[in-house]
Amino acid sequence: MTFNEIREAISNQFSGSVVQNDELANGQIEINSEHWLEVATFLKTDPKLSFDQLECITGVDTGDDGPLQSHYNLHSMEHRHKVEIIINHDRNDPKVSSIEQIWRIGDWFERETYDMFGIVYEGHRDLRRILCPDDWEGWPLRKDYETQESFHGILVPKIKEEEGWE
Amino acid sequence: MVLNIGPQHPSTHGVLRLEVTTDGEIVSKITPHLGYLHRCFEKHAENVTYEQVIPFTDRCDYLASMNSNFGYVVAMEDLMEIEVSERVQYIRVIMAELNRIASHLLALGVYGLDIGAFTPFLYMLRDRERILDMFEYTCGARLLYNYMWIGGVSHDLPKDFEKICIEFLDYFEPQIDEYNNLLTYNKIFIERTADVGIIPADIAISYGVSGPNLRGSGVSWDVRKDEPYSIYDRFEFDIPTGTGEFGTLGDCFDRYWVRMLEISQSAKIIRQALKDLPGGDVFETMPKKIRPPKGSIYRRTESPRGDLGYYIMSDGTPSPTRVKMRSPAFTALSCLDEVSSGWMISDVLAILGSLDIVLGEIDR
Repeated sequence: MTFNEIREAISNQFSGSVVQNDELANGQIEINSEHWLEVATFLKTDPKLSFDQLECITGVDTGDDGPLQSHYNLHSMEHRHKVEIIINHDRNDPKVSSIEQIWRIGDWFERETYDMFGIVYEGHRDLRRILCPDDWEGWPLRKDYETQESFHGILVPKIKEEEGWE
Repeated sequence: MVLNIGPQHPSTHGVLRLEVTTDGEIVSKITPHLGYLHRCFEKHAENVTYEQVIPFTDRCDYLASMNSNFGYVVAMEDLMEIEVSERVQYIRVIMAELNRIASHLLALGVYGLDIGAFTPFLYMLRDRERILDMFEYTCGARLLYNYMWIGGVSHDLPKDFEKICIEFLDYFEPQIDEYNNLLTYNKIFIERTADVGIIPADIAISYGVSGPNLRGSGVSWDVRKDEPYSIYDRFEFDIPTGTGEFGTLGDCFDRYWVRMLEISQSAKIIRQALKDLPGGDVFETMPKKIRPPKGSIYRRTESPRGDLGYYIMSDGTPSPTRVKMRSPAFTALSCLDEVSSGWMISDVLAILGSLDIVLGEIDR
């Protein structure tokens, strides 16, 4: 299926799920976060779409007061077509349904995005930090992240603009 | 009983802790704990320019740095819509395939080591050394090359590189039979790996397992063939897949065997590339200023471990807004729990070794 057919298939099945956004590049679809679980199930199970491979979940911080985003890159082994799904999250309360039980790799990808951006994937059975220690403070890949001063008594070195490393 | 394997354990191929819950000697659950090698690649990438990201990619997958470089520059060139000169394309393919051989040799040798066969490891490292010597001769570095740059490569090939490379291949290809005699057809090795740790194709796809691990499950999927990037569509090569040679389709032996077959396919590609290698300048298509237009791109390439993807987002400034590396070893490790449940502790190490993980790439 071509990209436009995929897009139409989604918007016909779930009206109001596809968000109109002219800034998106070809191959990207923005989905309303409340529709995500049913759209994801449809993408995986519909025989014409059958996106059986979740390639990647990328969290993005758009900076300043902009929203946080999750980008899902999907690919179909059977039909050899692909699509990128974008979901916007409110910066102060980022949450979206988990697709961990649809694509099993979603488990670790969502944990990683949670770890780095603090996006809560609701319904995830084991949502905890994966790369950072469990008691790390803050969400490191957010643009407004500030490094903690010390961690378990170890001072965290800070970069000073002029002098370089402390 | 709960048993900790790692963080310092020779069979974990790096710094990884496995929390293994067992019932007697049968494993019922494995919880991998990652992050011991987390060096904040993605955060660093946001604070440096696009060119300066390349040395970081070296350090992610340190056994196949050329392929890590390759994935990043391919994504960048697609984002910036640069056409790269023919000579550069051929040099990159030669380097990437040589590195694939080197990486597979280490994977196979260390796998033997995991199972308890020490000798093949020495033979394979002996030959891997010659590949590293060629890299050193070309760009000065043995492991972390920073060789492929956006739009070009850092050094042209030395004058007699073609001769050295052909000499190496002539020497190397017969050695594969030696490896097979030493390790592959060894009865003990087959008993330890065949019928162990079976990954069915649908589970593998759902867990995002890719590369030789996926092909070991019988799925013919190779980014070089199915989504050709660079100039891979010009070469003739086969995609070896698992057949359940000595046991069941998708067992540890199949994953091992696919890697062994891939080595000779890579050698075949290098020979073709050396034959057609055009002349020219390797710096001519390198842009003076790297400032990609606003937008984002996701590209994946075939690294020795599988689909290596880069998500790059640009806002028009000299440093990226977001660089995400989708590492194939990360996805391969995630299926360990599902695959190993029900096997013995000693089999877990055989399964982990057959997945060929590199912790530098998992933790980034």
